[in-house]
Amino acid sequence: MAAHRCSYSALLLIICSVSVFIVAYSQETTPAVDHHAAAVEDHPQATTDTTEKTSQQPAVEERSWEETEVEEVTLHEAPAGTQDTSAPETEAPSPVPQPKDDFKEELVIRPLHSGDIYASFQFRTLWETDFMRGNKVSHYRLFPKSLGQVISKFSVRELHISFTQGYWRTMQWGQPFQPAPPGAELWVWFQDSVTDVDGTWKELTNVLSGIFCASLNFIDSTNTVQPSASFKPLGIGNVTDHRFLRYATLPREIVCTENLTPWKKLLPCGSKAGLAVLLKSEKLFHSSFHSQAVHIRPVCQDLQCKTTSWELRQTLNVVFDLHTPGQGKREWSLFKMFSRTLTEACPLASSSKIYIDITDDPQGELFELSPATPLLSQAMVLGDRRTFSVYDLTQPTTFGTVRSLNLLIRWKSSVGGMLRPLLHAERYVAGYGLQTGEIHTLMYNNHPYRSFPVLLLDSVPWYLRLYIHTLTVTSKGKDNKPSYIHYEPSKDRERPHLLEMLVQLPPNSVTEVTVEFERALLKWTEYTPDPNHGFYVGSSVISSLVPSIVAMDTNITQDRPLFSSFFPCKEESSYFVRVYTEPLLVNLPTPDFSMPYNVICLTCTVVAVGYGSLYNLLTRSFQIEEPSPGLAKRLANIIRKMRGVPPL
Amino acid sequence: MAAPLTLLLIVAVTIRAALYRSSLADLISERVEVVSPLTAWKRVIEGLALLDLGVSPYSGDVFHETPLIIYLFHFLVDYAEITFMLADVITAVALYMTVKEYNKQVFRKQKYALEADRYPLDCLELIRSPKEMFYIPLKVAMFYLLNPFTILSCVAKSTCGLNNAVLSLFILSTVKGNVLLSAIFLSLATYQSIYPLTLCASALLYLMQRQYIPVNFRRVSFWWFIVQYAFMYLGSLFVIICLSFFLLGSWDFLPSVYGFILSVPDLTPNIGLFWYFFAEMFEHFRLFFLCVFQINVFFYTIPLSIKLKEHPVFLIFMQLAVISIFKSYPTVGDIALYMAFLPVWSHLHRFLRNIFLVCCVLLACSALFPVLWHLWIYAGSANSNFYYAITLLFNVAQILLVSDYFYAFLRREHHLSYGLYLKRKDGSEATLVLK
Repeated sequence: MAAHRCSYSALLLIICSVSVFIVAYSQETTPAVDHHAAAVEDHPQATTDTTEKTSQQPAVEERSWEETEVEEVTLHEAPAGTQDTSAPETEAPSPVPQPKDDFKEELVIRPLHSGDIYASFQFRTLWETDFMRGNKVSHYRLFPKSLGQVISKFSVRELHISFTQGYWRTMQWGQPFQPAPPGAELWVWFQDSVTDVDGTWKELTNVLSGIFCASLNFIDSTNTVQPSASFKPLGIGNVTDHRFLRYATLPREIVCTENLTPWKKLLPCGSKAGLAVLLKSEKLFHSSFHSQAVHIRPVCQDLQCKTTSWELRQTLNVVFDLHTPGQGKREWSLFKMFSRTLTEACPLASSSKIYIDITDDPQGELFELSPATPLLSQAMVLGDRRTFSVYDLTQPTTFGTVRSLNLLIRWKSSVGGMLRPLLHAERYVAGYGLQTGEIHTLMYNNHPYRSFPVLLLDSVPWYLRLYIHTLTVTSKGKDNKPSYIHYEPSKDRERPHLLEMLVQLPPNSVTEVTVEFERALLKWTEYTPDPNHGFYVGSSVISSLVPSIVAMDTNITQDRPLFSSFFPCKEESSYFVRVYTEPLLVNLPTPDFSMPYNVICLTCTVVAVGYGSLYNLLTRSFQIEEPSPGLAKRLANIIRKMRGVPPL
Repeated sequence: MAAPLTLLLIVAVTIRAALYRSSLADLISERVEVVSPLTAWKRVIEGLALLDLGVSPYSGDVFHETPLIIYLFHFLVDYAEITFMLADVITAVALYMTVKEYNKQVFRKQKYALEADRYPLDCLELIRSPKEMFYIPLKVAMFYLLNPFTILSCVAKSTCGLNNAVLSLFILSTVKGNVLLSAIFLSLATYQSIYPLTLCASALLYLMQRQYIPVNFRRVSFWWFIVQYAFMYLGSLFVIICLSFFLLGSWDFLPSVYGFILSVPDLTPNIGLFWYFFAEMFEHFRLFFLCVFQINVFFYTIPLSIKLKEHPVFLIFMQLAVISIFKSYPTVGDIALYMAFLPVWSHLHRFLRNIFLVCCVLLACSALFPVLWHLWIYAGSANSNFYYAITLLFNVAQILLVSDYFYAFLRREHHLSYGLYLKRKDGSEATLVLK
């Protein structure tokens, strides 16, 4: 066996050297080696890879416009949810076999209308492998081993985890690329081969807690739910039996450096090279909003979906508040945001790009970008057609003569108003006192003439006892009966309430969902160390297919032939949006924590009074009271008794 | 006699109907003293809403009524106010008839005893006259119907009123000597909330006394009667539970109703002793104290039955009181039921020792409950200890009240056999003490 493997690897060594020779002539640079054989050659290969990349740059330069065309396709497809990737297409001319894994990184920067800057990092690793096979996957190249082992050990089909600090202000900032609720959120689809889903979920949360240095071990049955409709698998696979889905949030989780460091370690280049050098915690956590996430899902490798691969998407979204209104001067740069500039792409990345959203300023009137870039890209993002300036970090020209890229935007004039997001939601607790209360959820449909359905998911801890008969849904002053309600009442100390419903939002309206609850008195050991701070209730999740802004545009004839625009239906006429509301902070009545002993003593005393007085009456009988003899007489009687003489 | 009762019923129903229409009804139905997690009307509605949604009401921890209640209100939910008023009326009429019958028997017994010269001569002032006994049934009905506790309980639509109706029907059928109905109503009451199980002993004693079966463990007739009664009781309990099973098609209600009563998971404040005690309990002692507290309710049955085997109706009163003090989720409705019996023992008043103090404490506590609740829950200027202190005092007052009546009853019995004015050996006036 060993001899056989030896000859096999020797043969592959020859093939490798031949392939390096071929690569030198080909335009594309990624080396492709058989997965098993690469074990020995991995590192030397990577270094030759980078040197070749730099030498091949001029050739790539000529193809830059073509590449953006391709890019447009991928960006266009990504929000719609199809999973085919462009990587194989670009490498079609190469005679070498396709790579088994692929890494891409990108950063999208969008100036927000409020004056803030939204930066969204995405790192995607694709790997064509099968974790579920009998033999264990032992060799990892780009894919982090810790997550690969988690997938195979716990038979995970899809895993989505996010840590967020701060609340995304939809009304000021628009829709985010990756929505996430404040705190930690975890949802996992297990393979249908898992028998004990709850046990596996418990173990998985504990393992993830270790991997991400987070308090995910506080996820237990009291905050885990199985949504029936709100969280469908995002990857391939059509098993939608929600017995294999688990969803939990920890709204109280604080996200900080200790969560960022393990997250960065999962990247192939760590924080040493590429876009990840910008991720310095002292700047990232000095921001209005910070959200980091890991998404793992199986995706199709090609159009026919013959082979599947695993996609690991690491995202980090951050909103900087750089605008100081007093000075009136608005400008930002990479250095100002991250206190770093970029010098190189991650050598392992097949693509490394920065996108700047310039949709609001196509002619360069509002702000100027420096250094300027000739590359432009258009994409449909969240139902809107956006234009981006693209910086390709794999090209040395991007970095200019100073060998470092420091993007700078200088504003010339203040921007106008933003189009209101079509869907947003807010939530609050009404009522006073510590006995009862009412949860109000407001959902806004800002579309001028179209109504659309939304799925509302509420997971409320057991200690707020919901009364489902008080549920009211009203829009425009009228009762709006949900067409679907899935309600699971809570069990004390076992499971939370789960309320899911499908509500149709009329156009240009506010829909209000109210439900009453009662606050429970807990055992004194069940309170948090700061009980009067209150208890957090996780965000409501609103999932919807929202009609897109492009379809809403009445002026569609301007860039289209007349015959194509009669029916408003288009492929991208609606897009999927998930909106999270604020988490709630609810106060509960508290016992006095300082006196368990007193309470035990006093209550037992009362019981003893009851017992004693009844015992007294039950066991004794009435007798005539005789005056008690004096002390001297009693003593004399005792002595007489000892002597055997009759008493006095 | 029927006219005053009718008038009383009309007055009582009018008060309730007026309160249902007023804005106080919502306020009252939220009061923790009036409704417990077991009896709250809000939770009955919630159970019905859950059924409408196709969810088993027992899958959650909000609904703890028995399946028969949910079945009853499935039809009567629109007539709930009338149902609860009717339940109160039934209770009052049943108590009225019970006491009337009981008084008749007391009088007959007294007559036989007088004829047999069994009473000492100086006890004539203890002998009860028909004149003073005439209005007692009416007073009992009035004590129940016009008791603020009952009115509050009825206006809050606490299902405690239904339990009281079942219990009073049980007492009526027992006093009337109907063995079968007594067993059936007792099993219904047990089915509703476990605790009336202890009334079994008093019912047996009463029925045996009525059928002249001596309480003697060596007699076959004694055991035969017990077997008969137990068969009827357990049989009807079995039928009711099976009926509940077939109504909902699952046994989920057993842990959700009886497990809930016995294990006290819901610590919502009430007027009882359990909530704060188990909120502050150390976790590893929880089971132990739970057992102690629950056994405490059942424990008094045997000694009380032995002591009061000649007086089963007083035994019923004592047990109702013990249950309502020591049960896990007591409400003021439970208290109202045993308080309705107080006029029956009005002849004991000369032997009561601290009735004035106890009455004052009970009144003060009843007034302080809402005040301290407001201070704790709404104003935030007090904490849970304030409310807890009042529950403690309220329970001490109830215990003193009950034990005072027990003392007075025993003392009167003692006097009836030994004479009222007892003398010491040396001829001076004697004082009685318990020894």
